[in-house]
Amino acid sequence: MITNIFSIFVLKNTLSMDRLEEKLKILADAAKYDVSCSSSGSKRKNVGGIGDASSSGICHTYTEDGRCVSLLKILLTNHCIYDCAFCVSRKSNDIQRAAFTVEEVVKLTMNFYRRNYIEGLFLSSGIFKNADYTMERLLKIVKKLRLEERYNGYIHLKTIPGASDEMIREAGLYVDRMSINLEMPTEKGLQLMAPEKDHESVKKPLHFINQQIQALKHESKLIKHKPSFVPAGQSTQMVIGATPENDFEIMSVADTFYKDYNLKRVYYSGYIPIQNDHSLLPQIGSKPPLVRENRLYQTDWLLRFYGFQLDEILNPTFQHLDLEIDPKLSWALRNPHVFPVDINTADYKMIIRIPGVGRQSALKIIQARKFGRLHEYQIKKMGIAFNRARHFMRCADSPFQLGYTSMEAVRAKIVQKNPAKAAIVNSSQLNLFS
Amino acid sequence: MHYIFDGTYYGWLTCVFEAFERKEFEARPISVDRYIPDMFAVDRTITTSTDKAMRVSKGLAMRLDKKSRMDFYRAFLFEDEAVWQAAFYLCIEIFRGNTAILSNYGNDAVLKFSEALHKVSRERHRMKAFVRFQRAADGMFFAVVEPDFNVLPLIITFFTNRYTDQPWIIYDLKRKYGIYWDKIRVTEVQLNEGDSTAMMQSSTVVSLDTQEEYYTNLWQQYFKSTNIKARRNMKLHLRHVPKRYWKYLPEKQFGNIKS
Repeated sequence: MITNIFSIFVLKNTLSMDRLEEKLKILADAAKYDVSCSSSGSKRKNVGGIGDASSSGICHTYTEDGRCVSLLKILLTNHCIYDCAFCVSRKSNDIQRAAFTVEEVVKLTMNFYRRNYIEGLFLSSGIFKNADYTMERLLKIVKKLRLEERYNGYIHLKTIPGASDEMIREAGLYVDRMSINLEMPTEKGLQLMAPEKDHESVKKPLHFINQQIQALKHESKLIKHKPSFVPAGQSTQMVIGATPENDFEIMSVADTFYKDYNLKRVYYSGYIPIQNDHSLLPQIGSKPPLVRENRLYQTDWLLRFYGFQLDEILNPTFQHLDLEIDPKLSWALRNPHVFPVDINTADYKMIIRIPGVGRQSALKIIQARKFGRLHEYQIKKMGIAFNRARHFMRCADSPFQLGYTSMEAVRAKIVQKNPAKAAIVNSSQLNLFS
Repeated sequence: MHYIFDGTYYGWLTCVFEAFERKEFEARPISVDRYIPDMFAVDRTITTSTDKAMRVSKGLAMRLDKKSRMDFYRAFLFEDEAVWQAAFYLCIEIFRGNTAILSNYGNDAVLKFSEALHKVSRERHRMKAFVRFQRAADGMFFAVVEPDFNVLPLIITFFTNRYTDQPWIIYDLKRKYGIYWDKIRVTEVQLNEGDSTAMMQSSTVVSLDTQEEYYTNLWQQYFKSTNIKARRNMKLHLRHVPKRYWKYLPEKQFGNIKS
């Protein structure tokens, strides 16, 4: 009797999950390891339909892992002809497979968008049959959205490696951002995990799209109504901690790609173990390198917004980021001769190098000091991390100091004030890379 | 001395005008609904005047760029006496010729003012993100919100630009008014008591589109599937989606989610 009731319950439950919901479950789950969820950088306007792009981007919600949900991020299908060891959708993996129809993706996107759940669509796919066949399906969806639904919201489309230039160029006319992932930071690492792939097949389309964007930029000075082509630019992603590359190698690759292809973003995705069959990969149960990932992003920010050169932060003699403290602080501790910085006289570009002072506070300091020399009590209210910053700056009323404070002592004081991060570092990070 | 005004922006601007007229620069503007009479104080009731308010507004326009002028309106929406006071003081300083004062971040009133602007701007951004429309049977998309500050006036353009081809209502339950777009223009709407409780229990009273529950379910499913369990970080989750907003976010209602 009891089993009977149980089976009826189960039956009802499976019946009530309709096919589209099941596909969404499988294909959202398969897409989630692509960390990019940015919806910024595009200025697409609503031209007699629905939707536009918000140039600053909007996160509509956050999942319980604390990641932003901005776009409906799905694969068209998780069927794939490749067998990359780090990927859940690899051919040899025994998982449920599914594929959306073109209509289903359009229906989901439009209905989510109209309810203000999302900023737009992030569409990727496993490779079925071949690159062009896959790219053509993706293109069909994008065109249906733009031309039939008159949808002007954000679209991020994965470039399929090996797709023809014609196909890529056409896609670029309809989407806001394109991306193609390096997967592993170096060619050597990629060879270990995905022998069928190489970095060359990533560089080629990155280069091609960048060329088109730059050419259009040049032309647009001459013509008034320029067609838009990938207005939010390109990005890429590297998996961190699956292969043994050190931070210097990783950031060197990122730095080169920013410079060579004018990338908008490089994403660093801490590897989350998904299988135990590959002896070189971290096994299921080992923690993802989240603190390391965070330090890489901080380094990335220093390079892009704080005027740092890579070799100031990482170089052949300093190849690993300090996990316990952030890279700006780490740099400051290694360069005591630059400090203390006098906030009443120093340049903006020196003020933003003070640990604990961000760009906004730096701007406030520059504006406020025109009205008179700034004192500690004023600086404290400007939104800086004063406990960190105080060791590296001078205000109008800072006591005069003879000689330098030992940077070792400064470090100890700061780490002691913030023991939480240090604890995470010691428990979960170091064992992965030892 | 308190200046008691009607709680509108024009009322607040009129306070500035009257302060100059009467040379009462120490006055403290307070809205009538917050005012607690004090028998020993000499307070003044300010009658809102569109003319006087416009003169102050034009005066600010001559002395400030458009953004800074709008900042006074945005800070006003913070709905706090101390911020109204700081803005009032800054306004007076500007009319006295100290037009650069807004960038003096060493000054307490400037800091108070810029903090309020920061918070209003964050709430405005949150409303762009957290508004969730439900589709009613008649095709109307409606959403209920309870923002910390009175930010509906600041999100109108965003929503009309984006959701141009569908009619919608965004209703602020805390302040009991909403904005309604009929595909041509925006109007302010007020629901009577009965209707506004109906909006709260939307699924029972407003008749929903037959597909509405279906898409709510799909969205909940998506929200669940796109999460990476190995990266669970509730502290960060809560920082970005504070609990007070959960009430109106379908993805945070886990009633009928299937795994």
